[in-house]
Amino acid sequence: MPSPSCPLDARKAVDLYFMEHRAKLLDIAAFLDRLDRAAAGATDDVRLRAMRQAIPLLIDGEGDRARRILELFSDHSAEPIPEAHTQAAIGVDPQGGYEAAATPQTT
Amino acid sequence: MAYIDPHIHMVSRTTDDYRRMAEAGCVAITEPAFWAGFDRSSPAAFADYFRQLTQVEPRRAATYGIDHYCWLCINPKEAEDPGFAREVISLVPEFLKADNVLGIGEIGLNKNSRNEMIILEEQIELARQHGQMILVHTPHLEDKLKGTRLTMDALANAGIEPGRVLIDHVEEHTVAEVLDRGFWAGMTLYPDSKCTPQRAVDIIECYGNERIWINSAGDWGPSDPLSVPKCHSEMRRRGHAPSLAEKISLHNPVAFLSQSPAFTPPCGVGLPAASA
Repeated sequence: MPSPSCPLDARKAVDLYFMEHRAKLLDIAAFLDRLDRAAAGATDDVRLRAMRQAIPLLIDGEGDRARRILELFSDHSAEPIPEAHTQAAIGVDPQGGYEAAATPQTT
Repeated sequence: MAYIDPHIHMVSRTTDDYRRMAEAGCVAITEPAFWAGFDRSSPAAFADYFRQLTQVEPRRAATYGIDHYCWLCINPKEAEDPGFAREVISLVPEFLKADNVLGIGEIGLNKNSRNEMIILEEQIELARQHGQMILVHTPHLEDKLKGTRLTMDALANAGIEPGRVLIDHVEEHTVAEVLDRGFWAGMTLYPDSKCTPQRAVDIIECYGNERIWINSAGDWGPSDPLSVPKCHSEMRRRGHAPSLAEKISLHNPVAFLSQSPAFTPPCGVGLPAASA
């Protein structure tokens, strides 16, 4: 595999991209706040459990964050399913578990 | 800069999009057969769709100086009923005779079901029997990793030469395996799913610029038919040489697509050297 080769130095990358990603970080924060204000019922949704498990990967000091989050969200089974009951995907593995116990809560 | 958008669904786009793409430098497109956003009620609807891809869209594109090519198949979202799918597949060989058909696509999986697999394998066999190249759709979101692996295994089991197959919609968790197994890889630039232009350039920086291209996959959903030149802008913003965009969006598509006798390189673009 070739060596990573972004021509930018880190300072230039921050200058170019910080504001864009500051806004995206605030979007995630506001989304979690919105959930806190919403009527109860969805806080155990598998999508939220997966998101809570993904967020620590952003700051665990390891690289390949995008790849690891995509793998976390993926179905890792190997055999075809018996039948497709829907045409849509939800964004995380519905059977993925995503245990919430070891992950931070939104409140 | 002249460029090719090698995956876009112009049947869902306006003539004004053709104009804007031409003004941005687009010289050729390839249009895979896909899901229309609803399930069609009869195989005859697919016959009409294949006529649209082989007769109508080439004329619309030519109005703006864009060469139009297509790929034919039944898509995986409408493959859960094997009887219906086989009726559609039986229509394909006649349309393969059209001048602008590059191969079979976009075949693949959606929910990774048994019936989808059966129809995928039958369409791989169709391509093998007719000596056609293959364009592969990989599933969305949580189903992509599994579906990409199942598809590559099916292609290998059928003895298909990987260099004649493009696996589309790769992301960070699938691109390495696709390239390592000898296939070509496509990155689709979508605002909410698949790759953003920034992530596509990240992937090129990490995994190299060989056997890979970018496309807009512009269709009836949230998508941008100008995302390919916008990705080129992202390359320039980071300081990459203009030759990188030419490699990804002109020389690489020409190298892959020229394996089909139906494809003529646009604007006198020749086959590239072994490496950029």
